[in-house]
Amino acid sequence: MNTMKRIIIIAMVALVSGGAMGYGEVYPANNDVRDTESLQRGAQLYFENCVGCHSLEYARYNRVARDLKIPEDLFERYLLDADRPIGDLMTNALSPALGSQFFGTEPPDLTLVARVRGTDWIYTLLTGFYKDDSRPYGVNNALYNNIGMPHAMVNQQGLCAEAPGADGCQEFAFEGSMSPDEFDLAMVDLTNFLDYMGEPIQLERQRIGWFVMAFLSVFLVFAWLLYRELWKDVK
Amino acid sequence: MSTQDKGGLMGWIDARLPVTRTIEKHVTKYYAPKNFNFFYVFGVLAMLVFVNQIVTGIWLTMKYVPSAEEAFRSVEYIMRDVEWGWLIRYMHSTGASMFFVVIYLHMFRALLYGSYQKPRELVWIFGMLLYLMLMAEAFMGYVLPWGQMSYWGAQVIISLFGAVPIIGDPLVEWIRGDYLISGATLNRFFALHVIALPLVLALLVFLHIVALHEVGSNNPDGVDIKKNLDENGVPRDGIPFHPYYTIGKDLVGVVIFLMVFCGIIFFFPTAGGFFLETANFEPADPLTTPENIHPVWYFGAFYSILRAMDFDLLFLEAKLLGVLTMGAAIAILFVLPWLDRSPVRSWRYKGMISRVSLVVFAIAFMILTWLGIQPVTTLNTILAQICTVIYFAFFLGMPFYTRYEKTKPVPERVTNR
Repeated sequence: MNTMKRIIIIAMVALVSGGAMGYGEVYPANNDVRDTESLQRGAQLYFENCVGCHSLEYARYNRVARDLKIPEDLFERYLLDADRPIGDLMTNALSPALGSQFFGTEPPDLTLVARVRGTDWIYTLLTGFYKDDSRPYGVNNALYNNIGMPHAMVNQQGLCAEAPGADGCQEFAFEGSMSPDEFDLAMVDLTNFLDYMGEPIQLERQRIGWFVMAFLSVFLVFAWLLYRELWKDVK
Repeated sequence: MSTQDKGGLMGWIDARLPVTRTIEKHVTKYYAPKNFNFFYVFGVLAMLVFVNQIVTGIWLTMKYVPSAEEAFRSVEYIMRDVEWGWLIRYMHSTGASMFFVVIYLHMFRALLYGSYQKPRELVWIFGMLLYLMLMAEAFMGYVLPWGQMSYWGAQVIISLFGAVPIIGDPLVEWIRGDYLISGATLNRFFALHVIALPLVLALLVFLHIVALHEVGSNNPDGVDIKKNLDENGVPRDGIPFHPYYTIGKDLVGVVIFLMVFCGIIFFFPTAGGFFLETANFEPADPLTTPENIHPVWYFGAFYSILRAMDFDLLFLEAKLLGVLTMGAAIAILFVLPWLDRSPVRSWRYKGMISRVSLVVFAIAFMILTWLGIQPVTTLNTILAQICTVIYFAFFLGMPFYTRYEKTKPVPERVTNR
């Protein structure tokens, strides 16, 4: 009985608090998974800034190289650690225990984040960091209040002084190496990469889909003609 | 007949196994009414989806790993690393939801044209058993990807059995095989999902069709075509199932269905979070609940009826009352053939009350389905309560309104409209 009661209470609390613990407003990412160059830039950003903490443990390096049209030798030289086989899953060396110790919570794997949260959420999160000295790493997030992670790209973006709204950051506490527009585009690229990562087959799936629909359309014509021929005597 | 004196290989086989006779009885000389409309394609479509689920299911089991540690990962492995695995998986996941779409329309057809009435009571009952088994099959299948909604959906649904007085808690533990949903639950659900229930479903499909072919198909007019036979004993309003329906009318329906089916698979595989739910892209985590726990859309109506009972009644606690009401909502479907006292079958010739009731009932059922995946609010609960009353009023009122309302005269022969 106790287990069951507990479960029901947890479920009810989750139901009630569901709305309250929701996130802030999201802004459109407007990314395009057909843009291979954007995906390549996004992959580069991810491997330089994110993968240390956030694994992509259900996906493999060589699949990314193949889908993003990055030659394997270039991929191995610039994006892969020296000792890793290119057929490996994209795990990282950060143990859950260590992650929890650093950030208060284990940094989640992001292979499927685009399917769970959607691209707008990712884009808004990435552009939502701002200065907040009350937090352990001195930053907070406009979308995800009291986020555990630091601002991984603070050197590039700089740090926003106030929580950014729909128009982005209005005032910087200090500036980074990228202009606001450059950073914004970089975050669209990164979002784009995660969109691709959620379902690597998505473009191919749609491409095949058109052939299937074309085949079925022709099939339908013949099925209809066959029906007409068979049924012409039925009255 | 010709089957007896035929020579050659078929003759040899037919003397030992009734192949030709069976094909004639059930296909080439099974006389179906010639006035079947759009609604009569869903039986064939259900068969098609069933085969799709079996075939794609076989291939999925070749790569899927039924363990709490590996299940989620193995599904992503199928989606990413297995050649065409994504297609097989989407065919299976889309098939699950489309199975219910097709079955609901198939059942609605039976309500429209009185296909459950005498002499087709057994056809209806086998159909209802199929529906019940299909719900169990779908529920257990949904647990297998071991995502958040798999886990918590199962948690909520299985805990319902705890409402049974006295044996409730041991019963829940017995179903789970553990003190909470765990790998033990996953393993037994896998066994039931891939072996036990498909066998039961196949047997019931067989019985459903044999029972139907014994009495013959109903039609949109509810006219008994066997009353009007020609000199050869063939119904004048009947045509052979093959080829007129198999490669004739049904094939057109099948292709149109496949266009919808493939449209979802290739362009909207999650169907906006209805067929593949967003929360299920996160691995099961017994310590974190998803924001809005609910069963998949096709259980929505019954889940709404369950939740509508948010009050105690006499000695019944709300939870037990909810479970009983939900059980009654399914059980009452089984006795439908004896609730309908109308002298006519088809709603075309039933009275105004029957026709209006059916439309109102269908709308209430759709609202309940929609409410099933919405969060609980006061307004939603009141709406669910109103629709629950309509649901039961439709069935409980049926013996009265079908008997006393004025029906229209049924024609001798089927009509073509």
